Amino acid sequence: MVEKYGLIYKTVREIRGPLIFVEGIKDALYNELVEVKLPDGSEILGSVLDTSAGMAIVQVFGATQGLELGVTARFTGDVIRIPVSSEVIGRVFSGSYKPLDGMPPPLGEKREIHGAAINPTAREPPSEFIQTGISAIDGMNSLVRGQKLPFFSEAGLPHNIAAAQVARQATVPGKEEDFAVVFCAMGIKHEEYEFFRREFAETGALERCVMILNLADDPIIERIIAPRIALTIAEYLAYDLDMHVLAMLTDMTNYGEALRSISIAREEVPTRKGYPGYLYTDLASIYERCGRIKGKKGSVTVFPILTMPGGDITHPIPDLSGYITEGQLIFDRDLHLRGIYPPINVLPSLSRLMKDGIGPGRTRKDHADVSNQLYMAYAEGVKARGLARIIGEVGLSERERKYLRFADEFEMKFVNQGVYENRPIERTLEIAWDLLALLPEHELIRIREEYIREYHPRYRKA
Amino acid sequence: MLKGEIIRVYGSLIIGKNVPNAKIGDVVQVGPLKLIGEIIRIRGNEVSIQCYEDTSGLKPGDEILNTERPLTAELGPGLIGNIYDGLEFSESVIRTIAGDFMKKGVRTAPLSRDKKWHFTPKVKNGDKVVEGDIIGTTRETLMIEHRILVPVGLSGVIREIKEGDYTITDPIATLESNGKKIDLTMMQTWPVRIPRPYKSRLPLTEPLLTGQRVIDSFFPIAKGGTAAIPGGFGTGKTVTLHQIAKWAAADIILYIGCGERGNEMADVVTHFPELEDPRSGKKLIERTIMIANVSNMPVSAREASIYMGVTIAEYFRDQGYDVAIMADSTSRWAEALRDISGRLEEIPAEAGYPAYLPERIAEFYERAGRVVTLGSEYRVGSVTIMGAVSPPGGDFSEPVTSLTLRFVGTLWALDTALAFRRHFPAINWLMSFSRYVELVSKWWQTYDKEWLKYKTKATAILEEASKIEEIARIIGEKALPDDQRLILLVAEMIREGFLVQHAFHEVDTYCEPEKQSKLLRLLIEFYEFTEPLIKAGIPIEKIREFKSIVELMRLKERREVEYIDKVKNKVLEEVKTLAKQYGVEV
Ligand SMILES: Nc1ncnc2c1ncn2[C@@H]1O[C@H](COP(=O)(O)OP(=O)(O)O)[C@@H](O)[C@H]1O
Ligand SMILES: [Mg+2]
Repeated sequence: MVEKYGLIYKTVREIRGPLIFVEGIKDALYNELVEVKLPDGSEILGSVLDTSAGMAIVQVFGATQGLELGVTARFTGDVIRIPVSSEVIGRVFSGSYKPLDGMPPPLGEKREIHGAAINPTAREPPSEFIQTGISAIDGMNSLVRGQKLPFFSEAGLPHNIAAAQVARQATVPGKEEDFAVVFCAMGIKHEEYEFFRREFAETGALERCVMILNLADDPIIERIIAPRIALTIAEYLAYDLDMHVLAMLTDMTNYGEALRSISIAREEVPTRKGYPGYLYTDLASIYERCGRIKGKKGSVTVFPILTMPGGDITHPIPDLSGYITEGQLIFDRDLHLRGIYPPINVLPSLSRLMKDGIGPGRTRKDHADVSNQLYMAYAEGVKARGLARIIGEVGLSERERKYLRFADEFEMKFVNQGVYENRPIERTLEIAWDLLALLPEHELIRIREEYIREYHPRYRKA
Repeated sequence: MLKGEIIRVYGSLIIGKNVPNAKIGDVVQVGPLKLIGEIIRIRGNEVSIQCYEDTSGLKPGDEILNTERPLTAELGPGLIGNIYDGLEFSESVIRTIAGDFMKKGVRTAPLSRDKKWHFTPKVKNGDKVVEGDIIGTTRETLMIEHRILVPVGLSGVIREIKEGDYTITDPIATLESNGKKIDLTMMQTWPVRIPRPYKSRLPLTEPLLTGQRVIDSFFPIAKGGTAAIPGGFGTGKTVTLHQIAKWAAADIILYIGCGERGNEMADVVTHFPELEDPRSGKKLIERTIMIANVSNMPVSAREASIYMGVTIAEYFRDQGYDVAIMADSTSRWAEALRDISGRLEEIPAEAGYPAYLPERIAEFYERAGRVVTLGSEYRVGSVTIMGAVSPPGGDFSEPVTSLTLRFVGTLWALDTALAFRRHFPAINWLMSFSRYVELVSKWWQTYDKEWLKYKTKATAILEEASKIEEIARIIGEKALPDDQRLILLVAEMIREGFLVQHAFHEVDTYCEPEKQSKLLRLLIEFYEFTEPLIKAGIPIEKIREFKSIVELMRLKERREVEYIDKVKNKVLEEVKTLAKQYGVEV
């Protein structure tokens, strides 16, 4: 029998939310893993947040019901590590890495879940275009391997359907490679999880998938470690096993709320809306675990989904996420109500790494200019639409009317597409050119003249 | 050696007791890995330590050693082209030791102890020298000659100095000072929190050209000046600072990535070595020093990285160079201050920031300037500081943004609405300012005697257009009188043809001053040529039909400056033809 290591204390003096205060301990390690045993025999994990001679404050990552002063806390003498191996692929775990699939706990090499930062000099700038088959993404906000690109959505919008479409269709044109999906659920509903599970099963992705599940009725505090476990697995698959990993994290807003509840329990000085000052840094410690490493084959692409509370993009979670991620794809209620799918509003959306992933040899040489022009034209069209609402369409100038028409068509033909429609990038660009042809040629100021001559429908026909 | 011990660990804050000879600012080494921290508070026999590395695994009872020295920068040849973390450990060297992931406690000398540099003396035996004098040089890169200075606080007579190949710790000269002999090396050190001294400050007179039109022509920054670039996420702070790092006419570039993205630093590290300086034709990396303390590296080291950067910059200033610093983002540094202040349970001022935040921001920007350096010969150097600010929710009234605006000479205010329509750089021309326009306008006159007139007119047109647009938003453009519609047209031409500058366009990424002044002039002349036509009753639609308009707006994409005159002639042709058609005199 393996002797359990670590020191056991039964001196819990106070329990406050997810925090327990253990007395009489001389030298707990900062961030030490603590196992707390409840009277019913179940065990929850915790880690040391504050250690001083004689007292340790431990935050626990499980349900706090049933916690009482008599529980035992075992200080393990190590930080939190999880075993990883290729065997975890195809499996389902809880948010604290307990098997949910009836199989035994995983074995393998132990990795620290907080993960170290990739040395900036070891990073390879991401540059491989991922074709999602969705025009609003591929054409205007292209995703590349090793990027972190979130969906910013709202409750009731079809972000899950679109996310599943991305997971289903994403390919790097011309390449067949080893891939895996690490799916981390934080506080989403059972039916949402069932939806993803069905989707993955249908496309055969399920056997390439690792699930870390913390659903709506699971302990909130577990959400703090769930994404870290997911990303530790993702990094292992990418950098040790050379896989291209898509790490889907949903819903980051629920994660943020879990973080807030710990901060409130600790009586920390809040900054905005009760969120702690370290929210930015904490989110960065998750999102930054994407990328490519020089000389390694694999990659971690982080694909978070978050719902903006009240649709407010300035809310701390979307706001600070936007400051960290490499762009954002914004779901818009208004587009949704008008029946546009996916309802991605391209104007506030952005992919910061697009420039390195597109162009000759990757997509097409006119791609950057075309997308730039579409942005400008659509912005003009939306402006004209606003004006038309005030003064009526008759009050618009000829030019404004053309832009208005462009905006309508752009939404209907370019943004709008089927849930099972997988458009190759060439098709996306073709639609773009057909739309741009609605405008007088001298308006296409952001596109190089030589590209106009090569791709504009007027010259294409000739 | 006497040692103190840890009594509490709480994030990056460590409380220790019985630390010998504790002074505020002393660097301490904590725990078995000798993690680096700094004493920031003393109470009785207890000290508070801000630890610059991850404190996981530390525990009460672990040792604390006091080095009794402040946090210092190592200065000397080998800095250029390097990429450091906030404590001046070379990340490329760390990678060779620790692998692809950062590891705490890894130690490496900031400057190579083995590399030999060829030292050429500039003084002889028996020469009298004072602090700041150049005793010799070594060619650090093809672009930069590293000038070896007599360290601050020393003066005397050179007793021995020889040309040759030396490491940075080999003595290169002996200085006799008050009867004592002191060996001088190519390396020296400086405490990062103390500004390096100089003789006197000089007024700012010259622009720091960046090749970015909206900056150089509308909101210039002077050599030795300061600028802030605030904006919500995705508005272009980083790309603008990268553009400046690439194309600014400075001798040395110091790029500080402070709490931002790893992939962005990778972009700089990967692409700078390929890029050429448009003036010297040499590789940009030969004048660039990078500090990368990305967002998932220790928060408290963001603090160190800012001071480390500015100290290295001052050191090159003291050699007589124009140095430009970009700090992306100063908000992350302020957050690090807030973090530690919160752990110290200091009473916060606004939004949780400590009450001393204004001082810290002011002190940082105060380290910019154009100065006469120490040393017996007259030598001028400058440090220009540009800082990104990341306001939560894009709200410029938040503490870090509003405080920063009080201390800087130039504001490049980024505008989300412009960014949405991909008008980049998204610098809002109504909200931004530069206190240096007047002084650099003299300089612009070397390109165009009437520069100030055209620049003023351009600003006036843009302002007027924004007012007209407000009305147009209610009644529609069509309902406006033609003279106002002409203003709108010209404003649009200025926006698209001048202000918009695509960072990734092979030609337009950099715009030389001559091209800037000619383009600006032509745009305003377009207005001057067409205004009489409108006054004479010719409808605006006729002017909008000019073929030359598109050509004018595309001029920025053409390398040849001469082409501007050709387009001007075309404009004049079209004006004449139209005037004739309507029987109007021009
Ligand atoms: N001058 C520019 N030219 C072209 N694109 C730009 C320019 N400035 C910004 N962008 C675009 O905007 C995106 C966001 O810019 P970035 O500087 O990263 O924003 P921030 O640092 O303010 O979050 C970039 O990825 C790029 O697509
Ligand atoms: Mg940025």
